[in-house]
Amino acid sequence: MANPALVRSSGINPITTSDAVVQVRDICKNYGDIEALRGINLEFERGKLTTLLGPSGCGKTTLLKIIAGLVPGTSGEIIVNGRVVTGPGPERAFVFQDFALMPWATVLRNVAFGLELKGMASAERTRIARRYIEQVGLAGFEEKYPHELSGGMRQRVGIARAFAVNADVLLLDEPFSAVDEQNRRKFQEDLLQLVEQEKKTFIFVTHSIEEAVYVSDRIVLLSPRPGRISQIIDPMIDRSATPDDIRRDAGYLDVVEEIWQGLRQYAE
Amino acid sequence: MTLFGTRIPMMTSLIFWLLVWEIVGQLELMFLIPPISSIFMAGVELVQTGSWQSASIITLRSFVYGMALAISVGVPLGVLMGRVKVIDNIFGLWVNMFVSAPLSALVPVLMILFGLGETTVFVTVFLFAVWIIVLDARAGVMQVPASLVEMGCSYGASRWTIFTKIILLSALPEILAGIRIGLIRGVKGVVIGQILVSVIGYGELFELYSRSFDMERFWALTMLLFVAAMLLSAGVEHFEKRIEYYAGAR
Repeated sequence: MANPALVRSSGINPITTSDAVVQVRDICKNYGDIEALRGINLEFERGKLTTLLGPSGCGKTTLLKIIAGLVPGTSGEIIVNGRVVTGPGPERAFVFQDFALMPWATVLRNVAFGLELKGMASAERTRIARRYIEQVGLAGFEEKYPHELSGGMRQRVGIARAFAVNADVLLLDEPFSAVDEQNRRKFQEDLLQLVEQEKKTFIFVTHSIEEAVYVSDRIVLLSPRPGRISQIIDPMIDRSATPDDIRRDAGYLDVVEEIWQGLRQYAE
Repeated sequence: MTLFGTRIPMMTSLIFWLLVWEIVGQLELMFLIPPISSIFMAGVELVQTGSWQSASIITLRSFVYGMALAISVGVPLGVLMGRVKVIDNIFGLWVNMFVSAPLSALVPVLMILFGLGETTVFVTVFLFAVWIIVLDARAGVMQVPASLVEMGCSYGASRWTIFTKIILLSALPEILAGIRIGLIRGVKGVVIGQILVSVIGYGELFELYSRSFDMERFWALTMLLFVAAMLLSAGVEHFEKRIEYYAGAR
């Protein structure tokens, strides 16, 4: 396999890097008799976008929620910035698949909600929220309510809310799955720009191979029942090219193909 | 509404049936149906009488007290049932039983317990209104999206903050719908209670008019009650619409 766009570490344990923001140590999760996750060991590098990819039922969302502290693991530990965490914390922000916006609150209040919960003064949080609303391209929609926005715009609100709290790690749970195809592409491009600008660590869950390859620095492939790490792939894609060129790039397509070959055994 | 291509004003149906009533009344076919115009005149006279005014005050008082108690008991109980499994198990069966039970049958028992007076009517209003308020508040709290609660958690909200800033607000449309239906049931409760007790308020007047075959006044009083119930419901609905607007599509 002489693909320059593909550097692969196929061992179950990834190379230990010194600059890991989030470390996942021996995480297992059982729901009653059902084993959802088994022996997950992972490290997430600072400033990188890592994708958890796998077929439905592989526990990728569960793993993300364990990292977020929303779901307790059955065993193992999560270490963030060198400290073991057992619940949610201000250094992690979550973006929800169904947006999780408060329908009774305006865009502005929704975006500022994380800051409101921190007890920040109204003027201050409004200022910060406005900045991020503008950054996700929703300037002018500050006083609208979620039901007045399209699905894509609603998720932009969710992303702005996560950015506004200035967390080190952003956890995105299939953020674009409820967004239509055209908007999803635009979204992916915008996300890459935000990764570039914000210098934060992104952990991203998706079931779309193309999306994973397009946005990720590293892809962690999970296999189902029970969820285990089956492969770790670093798609070395030149992101200086235009989005359309990337999507036509041979290296990009090869990585997509490679992942598909790995996953097709799980397809029904 | 349009019929054969012409727009028909909203109140047409109402006006049509009132006209039919007037004609039937003028023909003097039945003593039960006096002409609507004389009912209207009787109504105008009625509201000026001292007996109507004091009956109204008594009625309003029992209604307001009964509803206030029904809301202040019903909403917290419903919210608790939606949040705490044990409480739901304890009260669930009873609430579901009472919400569909023919409560009028209980009023004679209440009369023995509370006497032939306002207290019985007040308790009747409470019993008519409270159950649906409990059930709707419970339903509202139970259907709060799990992701909204997780969102609160992930941004560091305490359990109390999640409860007040997310769960209660999210359940507000259902809570209000419960209160609106509760108000309508409360109107039934106050009238049924008073008629069965029959010595106070509108019950006394109804009893008096029907016994003396004073149909004009009987109908005038009935219609006044209808209008009052509808206005009450429309008022809450108006308030609800504003909330629904915020809750929008969820």
